[in-house]
Amino acid sequence: MSFDFPLLSLIIWLPIVFGIAVFATGNDRNAQLARLISLVGSILGLLVAIPLYTNFDSATGAMQFIESHVWFERFNVNYHLGVDGISMPLILLNCFITPLVIVAGWEVIKERVSQYMGAFLIMSGIVNGVFASLDAILFYVFWEASLIPMFLIIGIWGGPNRVYAAIKFFLYTLLGSLLMLIAFIYLYLASGGSFSIEDYHKLSIPLTPQILIFVAFLLAFAVKVPMWPVHTWLPDAHVEAPTGGSVVLAAILLKLGGYGFLRFSLPIAPDASHYLATMMIVLSLIAVVYIGLIALMQVDMKKLIAYSSVAHMGFVTLGFFLLNAYGIEGAMVQMISHGFISGAMFLCVGVLYDRLHSRQIADYGGVVNKMPIFAAFFMLFAMANAGLPGTSGFVGEFMVIMSAMKVNFWYAFLAATTLIFGAAYTLWMYKRVIFGAVASPAVEGLKDISKREFVLLAILAISVLWIGVYPYPLTEVMHTTVDQLLIHVSNSKL
Amino acid sequence: MNFIPPDFTPASSEIFMLIMVCVVMLADLTAGDNRRYVAYLLTQTTLLGCALLTFISFSTEITHTFNGMYVDDAMADILKLMVYGTVSAVLVYSHTYISDRGMLKGEFFSLILFATMGMMVMISASHFLTLYIGLELLSLSLYALVALRRESLVATEAAMKFFVLGALASGFLLYGMSMVYGATGTLHVSQLAQIIQSEASSKEVLVVGLVFIVAGISFKLSAAPFHMWAPDVYQGAPTAVTLFIGSAPKLAAFGFVMRLLVEGMGEMSADWQGMLVILAVMSMAVGNIAAIAQTNIKRMLAYSTISHMGFLLLGFISADSNGYSSALFYVIAYVLMTLGTFAMVMLLCRSGFEAENINDFKGLSKRNSWYAFIALLLMLSLAGIPPMIGFYAKLSVLQAVVNAGYVWLAVVAVLFSLIGAFYYLRIIKLMYFDEPETDEPIKPNSDVKILLSANGLAVLAFGIFPQALMGLSLYAIQSSM
Repeated sequence: MSFDFPLLSLIIWLPIVFGIAVFATGNDRNAQLARLISLVGSILGLLVAIPLYTNFDSATGAMQFIESHVWFERFNVNYHLGVDGISMPLILLNCFITPLVIVAGWEVIKERVSQYMGAFLIMSGIVNGVFASLDAILFYVFWEASLIPMFLIIGIWGGPNRVYAAIKFFLYTLLGSLLMLIAFIYLYLASGGSFSIEDYHKLSIPLTPQILIFVAFLLAFAVKVPMWPVHTWLPDAHVEAPTGGSVVLAAILLKLGGYGFLRFSLPIAPDASHYLATMMIVLSLIAVVYIGLIALMQVDMKKLIAYSSVAHMGFVTLGFFLLNAYGIEGAMVQMISHGFISGAMFLCVGVLYDRLHSRQIADYGGVVNKMPIFAAFFMLFAMANAGLPGTSGFVGEFMVIMSAMKVNFWYAFLAATTLIFGAAYTLWMYKRVIFGAVASPAVEGLKDISKREFVLLAILAISVLWIGVYPYPLTEVMHTTVDQLLIHVSNSKL
Repeated sequence: MNFIPPDFTPASSEIFMLIMVCVVMLADLTAGDNRRYVAYLLTQTTLLGCALLTFISFSTEITHTFNGMYVDDAMADILKLMVYGTVSAVLVYSHTYISDRGMLKGEFFSLILFATMGMMVMISASHFLTLYIGLELLSLSLYALVALRRESLVATEAAMKFFVLGALASGFLLYGMSMVYGATGTLHVSQLAQIIQSEASSKEVLVVGLVFIVAGISFKLSAAPFHMWAPDVYQGAPTAVTLFIGSAPKLAAFGFVMRLLVEGMGEMSADWQGMLVILAVMSMAVGNIAAIAQTNIKRMLAYSTISHMGFLLLGFISADSNGYSSALFYVIAYVLMTLGTFAMVMLLCRSGFEAENINDFKGLSKRNSWYAFIALLLMLSLAGIPPMIGFYAKLSVLQAVVNAGYVWLAVVAVLFSLIGAFYYLRIIKLMYFDEPETDEPIKPNSDVKILLSANGLAVLAFGIFPQALMGLSLYAIQSSM
């Protein structure tokens, strides 16, 4: 199949160009114009990404839509793009979330509108770049560059403790990535002067350097995912970020870490992956169980969802390191589904926060009496977060638990506790916020969701249900790629 | 006895510079107080003329003259062209600052030109004495520049400190050179390399001499533990002079290290590699950790310089053209960033107000979002975040370090640059997350406006397309070795 049009470049650069255009609208006198340009830009960004799905050949595990140009010869770095069944769904997810985030900030953001909207558009393009890069340096550049807009979003539009959260977010992620850079340089020299990720997949490396490379990658990706015990930046960042920032953080940026494991750790260091798989599984299970318990104790809604994110992402890493097809596919589905659900949960909290300016569970109660439509949506997403069958949350978790059962009963047992804990913390929060008597005069004065909010939540609700009932279109595109990845992982490269 | 005059053409730009310095001094004497711009324009013309002369005589051949004491090669030409550009930018940036503070006098320009000439000599010298003369010409001009505001106590103190420590460093350097002379009987860079290679000299004396030479170089580069003067001088000197000290001389220092260590004593690389490792690690540690505690922006940037010099030294450790070219690229990137950063500090100064505290950056994005954006690019670049040029500089140096087998050193380097990221982020935080303390508008002259914008965008543009500068660095090194 030939596809000569530089589609991936368009998907990356179109949002960035629109983002710069939004910046150019200047100060808040042109706020409405900035909003419109960014909405058009984000929707165009989604539209141009659709051919990626329709023209995708799911019969092959090779890279598609390849573009390759020399970027700088000095280190043999290429502008090399391409997608396979792992990166393509993630790009679509990102393009899908961006317009939602723009709309979510439509009325809420009143200060420095152009900078806010522009930052999100630029970040969207950068994240597409991360998923589409096939050159390690190109990947690294996009990877680090994605920190900058998020840093500013948290720091400028965030809550009272935003400065601490923003700097913690930046330094934590930078620590991991810098070691990854050294691993890249090592691989560059080991491969005789190539930064091509596909070359690294073929490279044979002795066990000790493999383990070191794995650890360097682990730090970078574990911080991003985030895995226990390097997850502590996430609750801070989430709590302080504006709603849009939380949505993007949970729905998209966490996926960068998961993607990194599939693209780098597993295929480049397969022996180290086998060697350290038990450790990874244990870390993931700690995230699932222990963080689930922590989530139960939260009094701040955003913090609760942040911890639940960590627990759900624990499922993702668990699925990866079970090292079988069900596990990896389940983890991929879980990543996509978590993108929808956590995004929706943060939007729901945002809806409440915009009205009452509080995230404390204790300040609410009886919201259903005043906001019945909202309560229905929130119910659906809470159920999905708890992993109810029929929602997308169930599919991924079920696949991962099943594959864990094949490996070890106790892995599956511990992983399955999430169905209890997840239900406990999500539904308990739901009960305290939504049901009961009307808690305060402030709640008494609540108005139900506007049309704008309705559309946002409805789109996400449809997606959650669709993947829950019929995940085939999603699993179909990734199937061949995952099989091929497993072949890579099972062949020793010593 | 026949006298054959030496070939003056390789040194034509230096000769032109010398003539023009005298012209500038004389012209300023006659111009009077209200026509100071004459000296300014003449200085810029001089730099342009030198650039043209260097550009015309550009060739890939290595030409020696003055009995082998002077050399003209591609690296020298490229470094000199960058020095002219840097000095010219320094003058544009500092014009308003110095005229507001009554420093717009002829001596400012003639001292800057003398210093520039010193740099040119350092870059082109191929004899230890010529190297030393160039270095002293630069240093003495800098001492005087720092003390230019003689009524200012801090400036005088800084100049005194600079002078005493600088003289000590020069003494170290000369002592080391004398030992090298004692061991080998020559001070010619090219002959020295041959004699060391033939092992006809006493190794012990040479190594002791080398230690002193490396110590002297570290003083001039402000690498720890010989960095003490830098924070005081950076803080005490008028910001325009700090900008000058922090930028162009680093290019010359690179040339100086290349001539002394690489071309002269390259055969002893096994000996100086170990010393440079220690210096580099200490500089990165001291620079990055001490910078966190600073509240004075100039002092913070001084420590930042120290840490960057540590990174620069890493480039030399691999002792091959790959490493040297990455060090050259690092220097170029560093000078580009420093120019912009100090220009930004001067932008915040008004007549009667010195922007010295990092809090002066507070709320810059609300006062003027464009300059805040430029400063954002510069800070991210200094922190080594892609897609800014600072990242590629770090990448190429780290690549050379790993290539030389020092993976642990690369890990140490990135950990320190992580610490470094913190204080650059703090500036971004002040600019973007905090409220301004003053709403005084920022109104630079149009030449500063254009140059500063170009400077900031260049940091980004050379980051997106780094090949040009990387290729140039590699070319400069390869064609002169």
